[in-house]
Parts: sequence; structure tokens; C-alpha cells
Amino acid sequence: MSFSAALKSAYAKPIVHLLCLVPFCTLLWAVFNDGLGANPVEKLTHETGQWTLRLLLATLCLSPLRQWTGQASWIRFRRVIGLYTFFYGCCHFSIWFIADHSLDLGGMFEDIVKRPYITLGFSALMLMLPLAITSNQAMIRRLGKKWKSLHQLVYLIILLGVLHFLWLVKADYLEPTIYAIIAVILLLHRLGPMKHLSVKSFSTAP
Amino acid sequence: MIIIKKSWEIAESEVTPEPLYLRRREFMKAAGTIGGALMLSPWSSAQGALEIGAYQGNAVTLDEEITEEDAANSYNNFYEFGTGKEDPMQKSKRFTTDDWTIVVSGECEKHGSYGLEDMVKPFTVEERIYRLRCVEAWSMVVPWLGIPLGSILQSFQPTSKAKYVAFKTLHDPVRMPGQQRSVLDWPYREGLTIAEAMHPLTILSVGMYGKTMPNQNGAPIRLVVPWKYGFKSIKSIVGIEFTETQPQTSWNMAASREYGFYSNVNPTVDHPRWSQKRERRIGDIFKRDTLMLNGYADEVASLYDGLDLAVNF
Repeated sequence: MSFSAALKSAYAKPIVHLLCLVPFCTLLWAVFNDGLGANPVEKLTHETGQWTLRLLLATLCLSPLRQWTGQASWIRFRRVIGLYTFFYGCCHFSIWFIADHSLDLGGMFEDIVKRPYITLGFSALMLMLPLAITSNQAMIRRLGKKWKSLHQLVYLIILLGVLHFLWLVKADYLEPTIYAIIAVILLLHRLGPMKHLSVKSFSTAP
Repeated sequence: MIIIKKSWEIAESEVTPEPLYLRRREFMKAAGTIGGALMLSPWSSAQGALEIGAYQGNAVTLDEEITEEDAANSYNNFYEFGTGKEDPMQKSKRFTTDDWTIVVSGECEKHGSYGLEDMVKPFTVEERIYRLRCVEAWSMVVPWLGIPLGSILQSFQPTSKAKYVAFKTLHDPVRMPGQQRSVLDWPYREGLTIAEAMHPLTILSVGMYGKTMPNQNGAPIRLVVPWKYGFKSIKSIVGIEFTETQPQTSWNMAASREYGFYSNVNPTVDHPRWSQKRERRIGDIFKRDTLMLNGYADEVASLYDGLDLAVNF
């Protein structure tokens, strides 16, 4: 099976689903098998937060991949990965709300207002909500052109997400910087010169 | 003698059985009433053979559950061995502390380079169960083995100019691979006012959980100041200097707006980026309220009389 056939195959989407669920299942397994170390709540919060960022970056990779490989089928996976991004974001938020705030709404909102890194993270999650709600076929049809502009919010969301991570780190900025660099590259790609790099332009180069 | 056998040298059969271990404090409490300065070797008393150093049990205790030893030895902030919580455990395995010397300098009569054993031998090692509150809002309860810092400092005969004590961690990027990245400005530095250093709760610790200090927790000797955020309790100390002016401290150098010289545990003064009102005790899921001066206000609040703790954070 050729690469393009593989992308289009009926198995491709289920495989993407499974891949997106691997981190969740791994973490769930670890919860019940004492695999999260001395501070399981912190570990779960960090892991679900990082998977939210990773999947969001993966979503943003699809359109560049389409251009670079000339395969339009990459876009088939955008909704699935996008929805899993939202799912991991919700897990991340829930763990924080339950374990850090013991389900105290007042305390939670105080934190959201007072702590800039939490303000950013919470805003990112709230902005994901309309994207998740309007991700089905019916909404795409109903919103028409507005759908595209609405879903361009994802560029703002990734910036908020990366800043959220950068802003909470104590001294070692290595990891959040890696996320930030990838995010910036993916955003620049949409703005500027790299946009026209494609398989064709490579192949016509001398 | 403070020869405390390294934990990995203790044969499985020699280890105190868990039930006896858990009752150890009660046992020592009873034994402690026999004589004030009685040196106790709990395991040799219990089993006869173990060469664990003698220490006075029950010197300061706490009616709170002690954190699991595995947790205290696998969840550490010790950037000298990496910034991940499990890095210190994993990357300090080959760290050796043989012939450890500590340079004592500054405003005192007895400058010099002291071998670790010579420095601590004259003193009785005590077990002290303290809360440990990290600035990251997690906490533990740790049974330290240590010596009041004040007793050791007095032996160096500080002069009247000694207003502060500065401490330094070993700087050796080969032995401490975390120092190969400049996450902080190495060597790690910490400091206390002379009054804080002389306070009876402040100790130099050489062990925990009845054993020699594990590498990941600051072998062979570290500071423990229970009413301050954990980062004040500097690990693997190689330098002690008496100074007239306030010494530089690593986290203050890294972000002075966020980490003050005092860094007392204070639920009413938030870290600029996160709340200090509550903390997660390692082993718990939910957070609990953080206590003023980490629960040691009765003992140490007088050190800060007249000082605005919101300004001098």
C-alpha cells in the first residue's frame, strides 16, 4: 500500500484514535499501579497538560504536512486530534480543580484571576470549547465561511498554552522553550515565506 | 562516633523489621528517660549487631504521619543532579562523599578546612522530625538526624562582626552533572542571619530515616531550617562563612522578586506567580492549609519582631 493510500485507508482514523488514547490509557494504568511517583497529582497534572500541548501542536502540523507532502488526506485527522486536545485539556483542568481546589469554585476563580499563568491556561481551555462544539459536519455547514475564522482561534490558543507553560516554570525553561519554538515555527509557516515550500517547489529546484 | 552505615551496606537481615521500626520512637522515648545525654543506637539495641551510629531519638517530634521513606528519597529538588523530581535519585547514584571537607571562613576565630567527621564527632546526633515545606506548595514530614547548627558554629568562635552565615554547595560539574547546565548560577548559595543560624531548631543534618544521608537529599551534610521554604536548606555543604553583610543566595540571585533572603514559610505572602496558602502533603491527594512559619511560629516568630514579613519575604 502506498503512503497516500495508507493515509486514505479506512484504518487510518481508528489508528489515530488509538494513538491519541495511548497517553490516557498509560496514565490510567499508572494510577492503579502506583506508577506516578511520590506526587501522583502533580504528575497527572503535568502529563495531561503536556499532552494537551503536544496534540495541539500535532493538529497544527497537519496543514503544513499537506503542503510539504502534497497529500490532502492529512486534513482528515484534524478534527479527531483537535477533539483529543480538548479532551486532555479537560482532564488537565479537572485534576487541578478537584485536587488543588477540592472542587471549591470560589477558590478556583480567585486563582484564575490572580495568577497570570492560570488565567492564560483557563482562557486557552475556554477558547477551545466553541471549537469543540462546532467541530461536527452540521456546524461546519451551518457556519459556512464563519467557521474558518472561528477555528483560526487555534493560533491564539497555542500561544496561550505555550505561555501558560513558560510562566509556571521555576528556573529550567528548556521544555517549555521547545514547545514554544515548535509553535512559533508552525505559526510562522502560516504567515510567511515557508508557506510556499512544497514538494513541487523542492522538485523544481535545480 | 557518627559512623552511620550506608543504607546499601546494610544486609537485608539486619534491617529492623517494619513493626519494630514503626515503634522505634516509642521505644526510644522510653529509653530516653533513663538519662538525659544517653546515646542510643536503636538498631543495635534492638538487634545487637548493626553499626548504625548512635543518636538521641525523639529530640524533636511531631504528631503527624511521617512521609514514606521511598517518597522522600525519590521526589527531590536538587538541581545539581537535574531539574526533574526523580533526577537526583537517578543521577546521584555514583556520587561519593569520601574525605569530605568543609571550609570555614570569615568572621570567626577558628578558620580552616575541617574534615566532616572531625567537625561533627564532638556532638550528639539527634533525631528530629520536622515538616518540610517546598516553595512549590508540597510538603513532607521527615525524620532527620542532625546536630544543632548553633553548637557547631559556636565551636568556630564567631566574632562580634558575624551577623550572617553563608553556605555553599559543592561545585563539581563532573560529580554533579546538573551543574553542566547553567539553570542556576553555581555554586548553590544560601544564608541565614546569625540569630536564625543559632536558633535551636536549625540543624546540620547527616542522615534521615535512621540512615546516612542519601546522596539525593544532600549527602553528606546539609542544612535543615524547618520554618523556611525547602530551598533554604542547602545540601552537600562545602563552605561555611561568617559575614558582616547579608550574603547572596541562589534563588534570590535567579529571581529576586520571587525569592527573598528570608523565604520564611508564610501562607499570607504569595509567591508572585502562585499561592502559598495551601500545600499538598506528599501522600495526600487534596491540599491542606499551610501554617504560619510552617507551624513553628511559637518557636521562631520572635526572630522577626518588628520586621514586615510582606516586605522581607
